[in-house]
Order: sequence, then structure tokens, then C-alpha cells
Amino acid sequence: MDVYGTKLTSRLLLGTSQYPSPAILAEAVRAAGAEVVTVSLRRESGAGRAGQGFWSLIRSLDVKVLPNTAGCHTVKEAVATAQMAREVFGTSWVKLEVIGHHDTLQPDVFGLVEAARILSEDGFQVFPYTTDDLIVAEKLLEAGCQVLMPWGAPIGSGRGLNNLFALRSMRSHFPDIPLVVDAGIGLPSHAAQAMELGYDAILLNTAVAKAGEPARMAAAFRLAVEAGREAFLADPMEPRDMAAPSTPLLGTAFRN
Amino acid sequence: MKLIVNGEPVQTDRVVLADLLEQLGYGNIVVATAVNGSFVPVPRRNETSLEEGDKVEILAPMQGG
Repeated sequence: MDVYGTKLTSRLLLGTSQYPSPAILAEAVRAAGAEVVTVSLRRESGAGRAGQGFWSLIRSLDVKVLPNTAGCHTVKEAVATAQMAREVFGTSWVKLEVIGHHDTLQPDVFGLVEAARILSEDGFQVFPYTTDDLIVAEKLLEAGCQVLMPWGAPIGSGRGLNNLFALRSMRSHFPDIPLVVDAGIGLPSHAAQAMELGYDAILLNTAVAKAGEPARMAAAFRLAVEAGREAFLADPMEPRDMAAPSTPLLGTAFRN
Repeated sequence: MKLIVNGEPVQTDRVVLADLLEQLGYGNIVVATAVNGSFVPVPRRNETSLEEGDKVEILAPMQGG
């Protein structure tokens, strides 16, 4: 798939948070075959300087980084965080999050559109974390976004695709825009389902990081994303309400 | 004067952002900075003066989803 002129072979984008150890994170990224990982900026605390070690690890993985603005609740915070991330990570890509609620982590879509416009005009390539609302999606595209990342379910919930109808509508309304399901994926079957709908990629974190064996789960997601993509390209059959025999009736034995 | 650095009160005699970073041990490591909510790029740290009560953010790469 092509995003902002960059060709990606892997359709699985992986978050880097909540792994049991840096080594397991590295294993999971490799097992996922991910070419893009999400990262963030946080207050560097005390003498530990944990951020420097983390950044060295990420650079050693030879992947593209997609910095997020996680935790930002206002346009100003999100814009400043994106600018800081561009300087530190050396990329114009930003996974834009403007969070509306502490508990649901639902995007504040009004702030999101405004921040997307400011950042796009400032030369950023914005990957907006949004809902499945079609009008918001249109506004994000007008603001300069060339990719959309609707949620499947709330961040970290692992509930899968909460609103299949809306995600299907989104796919058919924006046939030529790269669409990435971001957030809410809990199992490989959820990822496969999104890919079968024709989504271009999956971004997930918790489902892999919190699995008993993260690298093994990352490999499972890689297979599921590939399977779902192949199934979409193969043009699945339409479901029907009634049974239909798959074995020919002609020549059935013991009939008159 | 007193500044708020990453949410914590800090007493300092440094009046320029670049000097404050040096004093706090951030001289040679990868961080991004903001003062009072606005981004300050590296080339402007030398010319960014600080005043009593300013809120300084010093951010580093971290895990993210």
C-alpha cells in the first residue's frame, strides 16, 4: 500500500508500548514483519534516561516510526507534541490523536479536524485516529489527510470491530483512500475481518504486547492480516439465508 | 527563580533555555522542548529566555501505541 508516497509491503503496523521487556518488543516487531512502529514522547524522568535507550533500540530495528500525540486533549497540545516529535524522530509523519474523554479515549473529532488542518498546512503527513463517522472523515480529507485511521473499538479494549456496518460504509465511501483500523483489535480474527472488508492495514499494540507470548501473537497477526487481504482480493462469496448444496445433486444414488 | 520543569518546581539561576537544559543534564541527549505549551526548536533554545513561573517541558522518545 502507498501512504504519502511511501510504499509499504507489510499491512500490520505495531505499537511499541506495554511489552514485558525491550528484547520481547524487538522480537515482536520482527515476528509481525512490521515496517512501521508507533512511538511517543514523554517527560524524560531523572537520571534513568530511559528514553535514550528506547530510541536506540527502535533505530536498531530498521523500521519507520510513526510518532503519536497520545494523551493530548487539546489542539494546542497535539500540535506542539507533533512539532516536538518531528524534531526528535526526524519524520513528518504523525499519528494524530486528540482525545475527548479520559475513560473512553474517544477522539475529539472537532479538535482532531482543526489540528489536522494546522499540521497539514505546516507540512506534516497526518495519520488521524478517528471514529467511523463519514462526515468527520470528509473533513479530515479536506484538511489535508491522505489516510484515515478509524477505530474498531476503544483503545486497549480488544473488542474487535464494534460497528461493522459503519466500517463497511466507510470503505465504500472512500474507495481510494488508504484506511487503517486503529485501536480495539484483540484477536487475529478481528484483524482478518477488517482486511476482508477491504481495509488497507491494521494498527495495533495491546493485543500483541499483553499476550502471554507477544512474538508468537505478532506472528499470528501477520498471518491473519495476510489471510484477510488475500481473501478480500479473492472476492468473497455473498452470504445467503438458505442452505445450498455444494455437492451436485445430479446422479445422487438411491433416487428414482 | 522558580520554574516548573516537567510538572515539578525547579530553582535555577539560568535565564536561557539552552543553559537550563545544560544545567539539568540534558545537554547531549535527544529531547524536544516546549515553553508554556509552545514548541521551541533546537536552534531557538539559545535565544529563548525564561521568566519566573514559566512551564518548561522536556520530552524524550518513549514507547507508544
